[in-house]
Amino acid sequence: MGLQIELKRHRKALVVRLKGELDHHTAEGLRAKLDEEIKQSGDISLVLSLKGLTFMDSSGIGVILGRYRQIHAGGGKMVVCGVHPHLHRLFEMSGLYKIIALENDEKAALASLGVAL
Amino acid sequence: MSRGNFMSLRFAARSENESFARVAVAAFVSQLDPTLEEITDIKTVISEAVTNAIIHGYENDPAGEIAIEARIEGDTVVISVEDSGRGIEDVEQARQPLYTSKPELERSGMGFTIMENFMDRVEIESSPGKGTKVTMTKRIESKKALYN
Repeated sequence: MGLQIELKRHRKALVVRLKGELDHHTAEGLRAKLDEEIKQSGDISLVLSLKGLTFMDSSGIGVILGRYRQIHAGGGKMVVCGVHPHLHRLFEMSGLYKIIALENDEKAALASLGVAL
Repeated sequence: MSRGNFMSLRFAARSENESFARVAVAAFVSQLDPTLEEITDIKTVISEAVTNAIIHGYENDPAGEIAIEARIEGDTVVISVEDSGRGIEDVEQARQPLYTSKPELERSGMGFTIMENFMDRVEIESSPGKGTKVTMTKRIESKKALYN
């Protein structure tokens, strides 16, 4: 199954569209790709668009928390949208919603960051 | 008396086998007619236990081997995930939410918490230097029961 990663830049916001399954195996590639992008961009906000993400486990929580720290340190925000019910439970259980805002879709997520499409 | 239905798997402790392991166990459990949520719960806990074995048990040494056994007892499934790796020094500490021995690897420390939340029962047997066996039990609320 694997994980497909699509990055789309809207000014100061980076939309990260994930499709497939995010586990320990696929988390490595995602971490490397996002680290590179965040390093180049400096202060940037991140929209995690998860409509196509059908599976995630605690390795996904780890990689999201790690990127949150980087984004937060640079003064940016993190927003998540399109969360499947199963992922929703994981987000709640791990307290991710305390630091990452939840929006319905990419448009609403970008709007919450002050980026109009 | 028959032993009941069971299956066992043995595979290399490589991260590319994580998805294989969870899909294989889910396929076996599907004969109990679980809901989509129950299947996802089981896939998630298998992923957690297998990832623990790879990262913590074998510290990413692909020469390690992982064994899974799943058994059906009536409407309940009992699944064990076992490694012969380095074992856990302090099981109670490992069970704590957000505790991880490997923060540098961005581990969230949520593995056992997820297993305990998604399954009815989780037992951990571990001996330092010998390995770890995690046994998880879940009753499948068959969809059939809803229509009877």
